[in-house]
Amino acid sequence: MAETSHKEETFRVGETELRVIKGGQGKPLLVFHGELGFPGWLQWLDVLARKRTIWIPLHPGFGKTPMASWIMNMRDLGAFYARFIREQKLAPVDVIGFSLGGWLAAEMAIANSAQFSKMVLVGATGLRPPSGEIMDMFTRTARGYLNASVIDSRNNPEFAKLFGGEQTPEQFEAWEDARAETARIAWAPYMYTQSMPELLANVAGLPTLILWGKQDPVVPLSAGELYHQKIAGSKLVTFDNCGHMPEVEKPADFIKAIESFLG
Amino acid sequence: MHIMWFTERAYHYLPEEEVLKRRSFFGVPNTFFDAQKGSQLLNQYLDEKIYSDELGFDGVMLNEHHGTPFCMGAVMDVEAAVLARATKRVRIVLLGNPIPTVANPLRLAEELAMIDMISGGRLVPGWVRGAGSEQLANNANPAYNREYFDEAHDLILAAWTRPGPFRWESKHFHFRFVNPWVLPLQKPHPPIWIPGLISPETVKWCAAHKYPYVALATMLKPTLEMWDLYTAEAAVHGYQAGPENFGYLQPIFVHETEEKADELGKNFLFGGGFANFARPEWMFPPGYNSKEATRRLASLYANPNLPGKTLVPQHLHSMNDIAAIKKAVYDNYESSKESLQIITGTPKSVIPKLRKVLEVLRPGIFSFWLDGPSPREDRLTCLKLLGTEVLPAVREIGKELGLADPFQIAPGSRPLAASGRPERVGSPEALAAI
Repeated sequence: MAETSHKEETFRVGETELRVIKGGQGKPLLVFHGELGFPGWLQWLDVLARKRTIWIPLHPGFGKTPMASWIMNMRDLGAFYARFIREQKLAPVDVIGFSLGGWLAAEMAIANSAQFSKMVLVGATGLRPPSGEIMDMFTRTARGYLNASVIDSRNNPEFAKLFGGEQTPEQFEAWEDARAETARIAWAPYMYTQSMPELLANVAGLPTLILWGKQDPVVPLSAGELYHQKIAGSKLVTFDNCGHMPEVEKPADFIKAIESFLG
Repeated sequence: MHIMWFTERAYHYLPEEEVLKRRSFFGVPNTFFDAQKGSQLLNQYLDEKIYSDELGFDGVMLNEHHGTPFCMGAVMDVEAAVLARATKRVRIVLLGNPIPTVANPLRLAEELAMIDMISGGRLVPGWVRGAGSEQLANNANPAYNREYFDEAHDLILAAWTRPGPFRWESKHFHFRFVNPWVLPLQKPHPPIWIPGLISPETVKWCAAHKYPYVALATMLKPTLEMWDLYTAEAAVHGYQAGPENFGYLQPIFVHETEEKADELGKNFLFGGGFANFARPEWMFPPGYNSKEATRRLASLYANPNLPGKTLVPQHLHSMNDIAAIKKAVYDNYESSKESLQIITGTPKSVIPKLRKVLEVLRPGIFSFWLDGPSPREDRLTCLKLLGTEVLPAVREIGKELGLADPFQIAPGSRPLAASGRPERVGSPEALAAI
């Protein structure tokens, strides 16, 4: 399948030159990438870009967008993006957040749910799982973390396309940037906001879809169930035989779930 | 010349295979720790330090590591406090306290002030960023390591020198009432030395602060390059660096015969030695390195043939063949001796080798490094020969080469030549002659 054309644009947010990958056509769809940065243009983006203009901002400090030293926690990062959404007149916008990007979306929805029209959380961090724990990326190499986050890293063509082969110096540097910025905002408590279960009451009324790999080794499904329980009216869809990356491990089911939710 | 000695206080009642199969001391489960043996060892190490006070050493050097059998001195200040009372003459040189991992730098300032008080003004504190694994063991956010370091350093110095009470507000540290009542005996504060593994950022920082820089058993050539970097930066700050600005740590094993000295020397490589201090994911936690250092590392990863990476060949990293790994480690012994990274022999045979190192680096601070799972008696023999025969000879060489220490010439007090161009401190010519 031919990849939809997409390009990088720069938007000024305060003092920061925010790099955004944009592609497709139609109503905007905001995508928040996870803790190791934007992995690359995937199949599901191709499908959605037929009807939607995809906006994928590259978080400050993750390499392309320079680090903003004042951003020290998820609330700060959420406020940064709230300003971006306001200044670009995107609100209310549909948002999809992956892993740490899901935490970011949830944190923003708590602060102001009206900036979003619909929200999708995919294997989102942000809550302390009632059972199990979030896999620690900081005691692993980036490559080791990625390999451990899916059910079968060896027999997945899309995973191999993104992360296979010899690690290049550029890839190493990009991952190190991502790990460093994630440490700045999520070192301890690791990857969650302690008050999140109480604060999620503020998300009521925002149509929310929660997507989770049943065997997610990074963020246990119990966290997905807690999101579902705390966000009134939310819908939880799980994928069997799937880890932390349903967009890569179960692309067809993933696309179906998203399309039927976003309409 | 200031002459001291150092040992990691290793817990070595440990099957070597447990380290080799992990390629790491850090992370070996503490279920291998026998408290009885640990207690005996900690006291043995303290006794050695007290003995060296009688032998005429100028200083005893301590360090600190966490969560590893490589070094049991997880709270070095506790050992320093014992030595402050139990020794009479030696300076107690702490290289160094890992200040970014200390959540309360004010408490550290108080501990050190007490040690200086009890020792009668013999404390030489030093600061380190802490190895990568230290950040994990103390849950200190590595992405803020440099910021913590700078702020903790400034806070400790302020606590020692600024009249209290005062309030401290920096990005990471917030103290509403700084007024420590025990202040260091040495004024305005104890002399500060900084150890390191020749990271350019730290070398330049030391030059800017006029802190002597002690290179920890690093290869001679890159060490000389760092001396040049320090000297150039010192000139920017308006002074000429000299031997008083530099120190070097030298692994050395001395005994009555060459063979016996070699036994001790080989023990230094136990478990792969420092090369197996920790695995990459623990050595380089997120954000611990600057962008420049990360780029240097990235090129190392892409070019496994570059030198200085690891003692164990890359192809063995995925193997579980302990015997092959062990052989690779110990095969390295002779070349380490040739490059003078390890010096062994009788007092008579080690002195000319030490002279070579001193001629190259011209350090005003010099530390012997004795380590490895050698029997207590052999360690004491080594220490005794070092103290009674090697040390006096090294002192004479130091005089001959004009190697002033920081107590003879205050670091940063040498005037720069009128031209503004600094003179080199080390000697590449002497290195070329090795």
